[in-house]
Amino acid sequence: MARVLTRTAVPTTRAVAPVLVSTAALGVVLVAATSVGSVWVGPGALLSAVGDGVRGQVHGTVDTIVWQLRVPRVLLAALVGAALALAGAAFQGVFRNPLADPYLLGAASGAGFGASAVLVLAGSVPWLTRLGVPGAAFVCALATVAAVMVLARRDGGLPAVSLILAGVVLGSSLSAGTSFLMLAARDRAAGILSWLLGSFAFASWERVLSVAPLFLPAAAVLLLAGRALDVMQLGEESAAQLGVPVERVRLALLVAATLATAAAVAVAGVIGFVGLVVPHAVRLAFGPRHVRLLPLAAVWGAIFLVLADLFARTVLAPAELPVGIVTALVGGPFFLLLLRRQHAR
Amino acid sequence: MSVEVRGLYAGYGGPDVLAACDLRLDPGEVLGVIGPNGAGKSTLIRVLTRRLSPRSGRLTVDGRPLGRFGRLDLARALAVVPQVPELPAGYSVRDLVAMGRTPHLGLLRPERDEDRRAIERALRVTDTGALAHREATRLSGGERQRVVLARALAQEPRYLLLDEPTNHLYLRYQVEMLAYTRQEVDRGLGALVVLHDLNLAARFCDRLAVLERGRVVAEGAPEAVLSAELVSRVYGTEVDVRSVDAHPTVLPRLPRRMRPPDP
Repeated sequence: MARVLTRTAVPTTRAVAPVLVSTAALGVVLVAATSVGSVWVGPGALLSAVGDGVRGQVHGTVDTIVWQLRVPRVLLAALVGAALALAGAAFQGVFRNPLADPYLLGAASGAGFGASAVLVLAGSVPWLTRLGVPGAAFVCALATVAAVMVLARRDGGLPAVSLILAGVVLGSSLSAGTSFLMLAARDRAAGILSWLLGSFAFASWERVLSVAPLFLPAAAVLLLAGRALDVMQLGEESAAQLGVPVERVRLALLVAATLATAAAVAVAGVIGFVGLVVPHAVRLAFGPRHVRLLPLAAVWGAIFLVLADLFARTVLAPAELPVGIVTALVGGPFFLLLLRRQHAR
Repeated sequence: MSVEVRGLYAGYGGPDVLAACDLRLDPGEVLGVIGPNGAGKSTLIRVLTRRLSPRSGRLTVDGRPLGRFGRLDLARALAVVPQVPELPAGYSVRDLVAMGRTPHLGLLRPERDEDRRAIERALRVTDTGALAHREATRLSGGERQRVVLARALAQEPRYLLLDEPTNHLYLRYQVEMLAYTRQEVDRGLGALVVLHDLNLAARFCDRLAVLERGRVVAEGAPEAVLSAELVSRVYGTEVDVRSVDAHPTVLPRLPRRMRPPDP
């Protein structure tokens, strides 16, 4: 009897403990990242500034720095990191390929094209100006992925190969469009480039509150899909024979992951490697089971991007590096390592 | 109580792969389905698991039409050991066997005691309990195939469909695979086994059904079905059939034109 009890107790604790520990680590990172910057804010000052902010009484420089600049910036980085890593884990699971990332179906190139169009044409096309850079990026990202899905449809299903091909083709056309816009309006090229590389320099409460309502429902769908994704790793046939509605689950996951990705890209630009590297690193550290991989990817995506942004805004202070450069500097070598391991198999 | 197939026609758009196919699988028996490549053996399994819709025909499981089963319902009635099972890297044997509980749990409900009991039992009867925490992709071919059988048994199905479960296994594991299946059949499960090896089929199956171009051309006890004439005709090569311990044994003959001249 005792043996039965310990046996049933062990898997549950083992499944939950890493998530709890990782979430605690995220808490520490959030607090630390809010303290560090041009002005060091100690724990006491931080607490009172956040308290003031919550009560809506922002007085003085420290309150303003903490509540109007740092807290939204750190929260935005955390949300975007969680969204990209979670979407990446879902994409890798759906395509059963560790090299898949959330931009696979063209969300990034779509968003890039939309953002560039606004940056170049702002002022001359009023409705584009009203849409704004984040709005245009969001809409174009969704439209691109929707077009890819329509193009890839075969007999009511969405075969992985045609999805990926359509994504690559449409993605490169849109990137060509973005390049054309940069050449056509050279004075705006720097602005476009820095948007494309991704940054949290324009973080605000408004942006946090525009991402959250899209991220939360998408994350809920993705986090509930753990078992479905695990069973789908057995292959389509076996998953279907075990009662998983494979096509429907795949469509739901792609839509949810794309929403999360588009929302993230809209407010922060195209930040690369988070959606690729974080899920993979989490898989190496904690195993491939999606029931655990998905929440851990979200948490570690947030930790990774908050730290990357902290580095980006402090290393050359008062100047800032685009955070996309930081993630690529860390992510690039890791990706190469990954490729070598794949070939070695 | 049985799986019944009557007048089944099915194919992939071209000519029918299965044409006027009749078949019946009862609980407590091992039915061997044999026949040359392209005779429709795997297609039959695809139709039974509803991966392929038949053009016409009547299919029932325990008297209920196949089309009236819900997705999870069907997975609780029929379990499949696929021809080329894919085992994803990094998952433990227990993880994979636990996936067999999906038809009972759906996609969201956590494991209950009865699920854990079914998993433990599946591990025990396939002798994979000692491997439970090993990574499945690191196991030998025979062990991996036992894990896949354990997953199917964790489904607690009434019928088991095995699509060439002994492919790529060497003799000892081929025999083991069928012995584990037999053991479950003796406890009341019905098993349909697609086999290439006629002698293995003759030894382990209660009944054989011979598929030829989508139709069952002979059905019955192995000693009744496996005649030299039938096997020679269906497989298109001459064979002798000898009886060993009352089991028919098929011995291929070298084609006449390749035989050395008589001295």
